[in-house]
Amino acid sequence: MSESIEQPPKTPPSKPAAREPISTGSEWTFDLIARYDEEIAKCAKEFGLDTYPNQVEVISAEQMMDAYSSVGMPVGYNHWSFGKQFLNTAKSYQRGQMGLAYEIVINSNPCIAYLMEENTLPMQALVIAHACYGHNSFFKGNYLFRTWTDASAIIDYLVFARNYVAQCEERHGVDAVEEILDSCHALMNYGVDRYKRPAPISAAEEQRRQKEREEYLQRQLNDLWRTIPRSQDGDEEKNRRKLRYPEEPHENLLYFIEKNAPLLETWQREIIRIVRKIAQYFYPQRQTQVMNEGWASFWHYTLLNRLYEKGLVTDGFMMEFLQSHTAVIYQPPFNSPWYSGINPYTLGFSIYTDLRRICENPTDEDRAWFPDFAGTDWVETLHFAMKNFKDESFIQQFLSPKVMRDLKLFAIEDDDQADAYKVTAIHDEPGYRQLREKLARQYNLSYREPNIQVWNVDLRGDRSLTLRHVPIDRIPLAEDTEEVLRHTHRLWGFDVHLESVDDGKLVQEFHCPPRDMDEERDT
Amino acid sequence: MGMTHIVDRRLNGKNKSAVNRERFLRRYRQHIKKAVADAVQRRSITDIERGESVSIPSRDIQEPVFHHGRGGRREVVHPGNREYVAGDSIPRPQGGGAGGGGGQASPDGEGMDEFAFQITQEEFLDFLFDDLELPNLARKKLKDTETFKYVRAGYSTQGVPARLDVVRSLRGAHARRLSLGGARRRKIRDLEQQLAELKASPQEQDPAFSVEDQIEALEEEILRLKNNLRRIPFIDDIDLRFRQHQKQPQPATSAVMFCLMDVSGSMTQMHKDIAKRFFILLYLFLKKNYKKIDVVFIRHHTSAKEVDEEEFFYSRETGGTIVSSALKLMKKIVDARYPPSEWNIYAAQASDGDNWNDDSPICGKLLKNGILPLVQYFAYVEITPQDHQMLWYEYEKVMAEASNSFAMQQIADASEIYPVFRQLFERKAA
Repeated sequence: MSESIEQPPKTPPSKPAAREPISTGSEWTFDLIARYDEEIAKCAKEFGLDTYPNQVEVISAEQMMDAYSSVGMPVGYNHWSFGKQFLNTAKSYQRGQMGLAYEIVINSNPCIAYLMEENTLPMQALVIAHACYGHNSFFKGNYLFRTWTDASAIIDYLVFARNYVAQCEERHGVDAVEEILDSCHALMNYGVDRYKRPAPISAAEEQRRQKEREEYLQRQLNDLWRTIPRSQDGDEEKNRRKLRYPEEPHENLLYFIEKNAPLLETWQREIIRIVRKIAQYFYPQRQTQVMNEGWASFWHYTLLNRLYEKGLVTDGFMMEFLQSHTAVIYQPPFNSPWYSGINPYTLGFSIYTDLRRICENPTDEDRAWFPDFAGTDWVETLHFAMKNFKDESFIQQFLSPKVMRDLKLFAIEDDDQADAYKVTAIHDEPGYRQLREKLARQYNLSYREPNIQVWNVDLRGDRSLTLRHVPIDRIPLAEDTEEVLRHTHRLWGFDVHLESVDDGKLVQEFHCPPRDMDEERDT
Repeated sequence: MGMTHIVDRRLNGKNKSAVNRERFLRRYRQHIKKAVADAVQRRSITDIERGESVSIPSRDIQEPVFHHGRGGRREVVHPGNREYVAGDSIPRPQGGGAGGGGGQASPDGEGMDEFAFQITQEEFLDFLFDDLELPNLARKKLKDTETFKYVRAGYSTQGVPARLDVVRSLRGAHARRLSLGGARRRKIRDLEQQLAELKASPQEQDPAFSVEDQIEALEEEILRLKNNLRRIPFIDDIDLRFRQHQKQPQPATSAVMFCLMDVSGSMTQMHKDIAKRFFILLYLFLKKNYKKIDVVFIRHHTSAKEVDEEEFFYSRETGGTIVSSALKLMKKIVDARYPPSEWNIYAAQASDGDNWNDDSPICGKLLKNGILPLVQYFAYVEITPQDHQMLWYEYEKVMAEASNSFAMQQIADASEIYPVFRQLFERKAA
């Protein structure tokens, strides 16, 4: 209700055919939803959108709050943090600060999308177009999702995880399980393989191999730790001393701990595994927010306009739809009190929309910048863009000078060694390329999150675990790093150190348990 | 098409988050208990129909993750540039921390320092009774709502969208538009009249101030006012009204509850807090059984006075103690306003046991002959860890003769409130 509506729709809908609307009222029925879905599906087919089958679930506002608070998992294990989320959601919903219409759609096969019963018919149609055809085709088409997630197995896996955690609670107590989960959540963003493709998750597989894994793992662990006290002799020993374990830094902290922590019980290892599997499942979403939301917004806009061209919806319907649409893609300027960074809907929608323009009506500038696809078939080009990139590379490839001008983008440098902020590039000829590069980098996860990896385990000594942080642009770690280290310590079971090493120089260090100031470092 | 499957899930359970919510409350028990204790201080003892808003410092519930701290060099792209060109420098905002232009680096949200949420009435009572060691059965009885009905209870400015009252909200909006626009509209009418007159009347001879100029000035002013009017929003957040419903019990008749308390110098705030909780408990119990409850507060030192709740709990007196003054006043009030044929009368007396020795036998007599015949129940709590004094022994004699309608107990700390209370309960429940 309080969202401000600015700018009128960009392109006026083209001239409609003879009007024979599907419906004229704003109340929905199941039949009407089915009718709209059918027509939207036909339009989607015209544009070659390839989707998983859809499962549309009509739910109440309360159920929507539930769905919100389980961070997009239709089934989840129990944890207080989801309760916190729920209280937050309920609060802002009751104060009317938040509409609940859009975002819940699950990357699964069939693709599950939620419609809220309170919505009017035009809103339901909007959500269907956005989620069931926009997001859905993105999930099915984008390479990250294809590589890293298995849409057909996720629901079963989540059910498995939920049951497993519940069993652990029964056996070991709610508190013990909560502790482990707290610690895993603290490291969740470091529970993913960034470069290597993991085995797809599947519940059946998980259960079948669980037993096997237990035995195997224990044997491995024993091997790793047994060699230590035994080897005492000369040269060979000296060589080993120089080697680190692991030999190469390891980026997946949770994986490393699951496989190597000396004292964890089997069920604890399983829980770590569950958390990192779920982290891995969400990993593509974190890297494709702009692309994914932009794609869904582009298609709800395009598909509903197509419905209008076919004469299937009324003027009133379009008014309501366009009002919601403009609210969604509104970008407050940097000096507005509503500004909280770049709106991914706006950025993504603008890029795809402009890409279509570049294909259909290229200017000289476009031909110079995008010789490969200026003037090509737009549907094909947009699909290519959707399938083969993540936010970072998508922006790097497709952000056009026109979009930079439209959004009036500019870059500010904040250097703690300088007295003032500096404007480093703006939306002009000398600035375009820089701006594009800087914005792309902003969406690179390894720039957004500190680069921390497993560096060494003191196999022969105190079994301590050393993590290494490599700062970018001298940006240090935040204050609550010690908290996270405490969680790491809980999982590892022995001392944990974190060194921040910039260009070979140690710039920051953390220890858990904390070290006395005067105690000397011995390595 | 057959590709899409539409399911109605509305009938599936909605409390999927109940367990997680409960886990959250469990984890932050201590915070919530403190908030509830504070709320009880603020609230009237008859004000237990709603939950409470609880705030926890955000840093206590934050889930830590590795992230970037302040400092170093970072570069952020922003939208909406107006006047800057490359190479411009912008002074660092003072005091606002490193946030400023480079807001992207704070993943911890909008910098709120309180996490606030609502607990329900039921949870409120749960936490309130937590250290009273109420057995579950009694807890349940206190909170049970089997015989409640919902009645409309006016409108509120907050609520869920489903409860929005459109007519009310629009009426409010209309009123707001009128009140904001009325003066301007009147002004416009006046000006338009002037304009009409000017246009109608023939040229007058005032070269310094020609009619055209005047007409133009008037028209400009009218246009400005009309634009002004147009800017008043048709509907605004403050216009929204939501229907409210309240649970109301539907049982028998009326009861009056007398709260008697010694407020002489020896009663500390701690004593009074324990007394207050005892009174709340009694009130809740009565509320469950009676449709209408009056509460009468009588405080006393050497003389007694009927007061409001605020004064009852929070004003301090010094000096000696004559308990009988309160009993006498209570009897007087009963005779005047609460005929026992129409009212179920309950009384609870809290004291630290201190009394003027010569007065205690009078109290015993008054109670036995004057008051107990009129009341359903009279409970006496003595809040003191020390030895009993004269009054206690006098009351014990009353107890021996009238255990049906009289109970007494010594309370040293909050956990002992309930056992006293239970006597009352068991009797009613049987």
